[in-house]
Amino acid sequence: MVKSTALHGTIAASTLLLSAASAASAQELNLYTSREPGLIEPLLEAFTESTGVTVNTVFLKDGLAERVEAEGEASPADVLMAVDVGKLADFVEKGLTQPVESEVLTESIPENLRGPENNWFALSTRARVVYAAKDLDLDAITYEELADPKWEGKLCIRSGQHPYNTGLISAFIAHHGAEATEEWLNGMKANLARKAGGGDRDGAKDILGGICDIAVANSYYVGRMRSGAGGEEQQEWGDAIKVILPTFEDGGTHVNISGAAVAKYAANKDEAVQLLEYLVSDEAQKIYAEANYEHPVKPGAPVDPMVESFGELTVDSVPLTEIVEYRDQASELVDKVGFDN
Amino acid sequence: MTAAATGTHELAGPSRTRGRVWVFAAYAIAALVLLPVLALAWEASRGSEGLWLHLAKNVLPHAISQTLTLLAGVGVLVAVIGTGCAWLVTAYDFCGRRVLEWALLLPLAVPTYIVAYAYLDLLHPLGPVQELVRDMLGYDSPREFRLPDIRSMPGAILLLSLVLYPYVYLPTRAMFMTQSANLVEAARALGTTRRQVFRRVALPLARPAIAVGVSLALMETLNDIGASEFLGVRSLTISIYTTWVTRSDLPGAAQISLAMLVLVVALISLERWARRRQRYASSTQRSRSFAPRELHGRAAAFAFLIGALPVALGFLAPALYLAIEAWRRFSFAGLSDDLLIEARNTFLLSAIATSAVLISGVVIAYAARAFPRRAVLVAQRVATLGYAMPGTVLALGILVVVAGLDRWIAASAREILGISTGLILIGSGAALGYAYLARFLAISVGSVEAGFSRVPRSYDHVARTLGKGVSGVLWQVHLPLSRGALAAAGLLVFVDCMKELSATLLLRPLNFETLATHLYGEAARGTYEDAALAALAIVLVGLLPVVLLARVGRGRD
Repeated sequence: MVKSTALHGTIAASTLLLSAASAASAQELNLYTSREPGLIEPLLEAFTESTGVTVNTVFLKDGLAERVEAEGEASPADVLMAVDVGKLADFVEKGLTQPVESEVLTESIPENLRGPENNWFALSTRARVVYAAKDLDLDAITYEELADPKWEGKLCIRSGQHPYNTGLISAFIAHHGAEATEEWLNGMKANLARKAGGGDRDGAKDILGGICDIAVANSYYVGRMRSGAGGEEQQEWGDAIKVILPTFEDGGTHVNISGAAVAKYAANKDEAVQLLEYLVSDEAQKIYAEANYEHPVKPGAPVDPMVESFGELTVDSVPLTEIVEYRDQASELVDKVGFDN
Repeated sequence: MTAAATGTHELAGPSRTRGRVWVFAAYAIAALVLLPVLALAWEASRGSEGLWLHLAKNVLPHAISQTLTLLAGVGVLVAVIGTGCAWLVTAYDFCGRRVLEWALLLPLAVPTYIVAYAYLDLLHPLGPVQELVRDMLGYDSPREFRLPDIRSMPGAILLLSLVLYPYVYLPTRAMFMTQSANLVEAARALGTTRRQVFRRVALPLARPAIAVGVSLALMETLNDIGASEFLGVRSLTISIYTTWVTRSDLPGAAQISLAMLVLVVALISLERWARRRQRYASSTQRSRSFAPRELHGRAAAFAFLIGALPVALGFLAPALYLAIEAWRRFSFAGLSDDLLIEARNTFLLSAIATSAVLISGVVIAYAARAFPRRAVLVAQRVATLGYAMPGTVLALGILVVVAGLDRWIAASAREILGISTGLILIGSGAALGYAYLARFLAISVGSVEAGFSRVPRSYDHVARTLGKGVSGVLWQVHLPLSRGALAAAGLLVFVDCMKELSATLLLRPLNFETLATHLYGEAARGTYEDAALAALAIVLVGLLPVVLLARVGRGRD
């Protein structure tokens, strides 16, 4: 495509003018997110209130990366938000993100919770924990012990292919290698009280329903269930269980993240960075902790008392970047042992 | 009807050009449907061989066997329930038959994923059913006594069949109703019993309707994601989904879906091949329904109960559950303002898409009838491919196509006009309309075809002899005679658009929610009770066309 530079210049200038005009007239930004809308709405409302920037959201559970990729340069997306580090890594791999220079972000978020060249930023963390029946005589457990035959017919877990589980399995590979992981998956499969499936809350529900004694699930669901925001029933599920922070034999508790990146072709980059910076502010981190019962990423930010009652969280030493590397292998192992079948 | 396309049936005449328009329109529509498939094929070709080996070894064998088991089970069950109920309400007359006639359509209004969820909750150890059982048997805790888990293959087959049987019931009943009474009466006069009439006259005549219904139900089954997932069935569709979502491997997902497409094409071809030698044309002037047999007393009560069972299980139980949950939610948290906007979005979108699907369906079916050349017949097959693909995968194919177009438009606008258009097709919802068209065209083509196939060919020739053009024949002969089939197609498509989730989720514009996507957003949190209101709204709106259809059916009496 050979174009005259004059035309080029005119187009560039008019585009610039247009974008400048639109940025000046309407302070807004477009957010593509795979986070459940109810969870980020309070944060976005607070952001709009404090900055005057309105946020247009599109909630896409699956296919977010594909959509942005297909939209290419014309994509209206300014910020991409996702749960699970693997999804954030996908954005980077597909070239959908851009590095962000922001002291606020680099000072608030530890290095191991940021993507390569600051292409993404973790905004909150959550632990993969064990729910146990209230009256069960159990105070501590390792991830390895989940495959112990003594739990035969007593374990509940969601699909092995769910990112929350592939993340955990990747961490297991990082600790023990693929062969041991396959054995572990086989052991866990033999322990299942029902088919792997449903959601994390179903673990608590099924413990109350007498289907299983222990379940693997994320930490923040407990707070949400017990808060009563989901109705009385869920409160009963949450009250029927106690939370145990499991560890690897040679490590700590597996955590995953929710995070965000600035889109490569963001037309409203300034507002996008503004949003990210807001999300790591004390105010927003407090909302993450109190409304969502997640762990803040900011060192020293307060944790909700209920989350604190689960005990001292020792984050596992395997870095998130390594977990990303083993993701596909983990997913293939799940297929190989027929974990979900 | 694939009589070697020698052109004997062609409505040749002075207006060859007019005919050409029909043919080209059919080609164009088929091309629209084919584009995303080609985009997928291109995407699949970028895949890695290593993954294919893994899939072939560890995923496909189980997924294919699960899928075939599910299909076989659902196919048999919907055929039995749908045909049985259709015969029950046309061959017999009993107290409550009138109500059953339309009530049997009600499960159409309930999406598969909602039914599955409702039953998981109803039959959970903490749910009302098991609680009642425990009370009766004197147990206190679910730890002491539990019923077997619904999360199983038989459970999945049963639940899917309970909401999909209307696909068979609807066209089959229409067929039974319009079957000429004299055929049945002749058979009766020759001394055949009622039961034999069903087996030897009614059933063979209704075969095309049953076949169309079953194939629609099977494609719905293949497309389902929610219900299979909830019930722990690892079907091909789920494998496609996990390959794509978990491994972010679109090429791999495209590969599996193409394999799945082959399976579907095989299914359809098999069904067509089985009916290759049959012709269905009723030669009576005005079909009259034969007189149903009146039942009284115990027999009538029994007939009513049999007919009411699918309604109770496929609609009443889940709908009641939703209503109660929605009410509880409403008392607990009130009504969200967005719900009305979402209901409007859903309704408008579905209505626009339905008209497009119907018009295209008529074009294709009529082109295939008036000009049954090989190429047109191929176009007709191609046009029905979209329904065979899981919505998610089709949507991905469409995304590749539409986003490419959007990018080109945006670039051209920048070049020529110096303005930034953004993504016009995705942003305006045109991409969504496209997805619905590609996805549901099979329904309208199938129904319209079934309707047209009952119009004797001599009608076409007579109309042409009397000086009508090709289009005139359609307007004045086929469409009036196929009103019922068109209404049925319209209903099915509309409800399907409303229930559609996977493509809608992927292709909808910013800040645009339908009832289904709202519900899904809530469901992602695992709090279906929040979504009960949206689900109930889907069900209620879905009831409107059912009522409409019941009236059309009655207009025939």
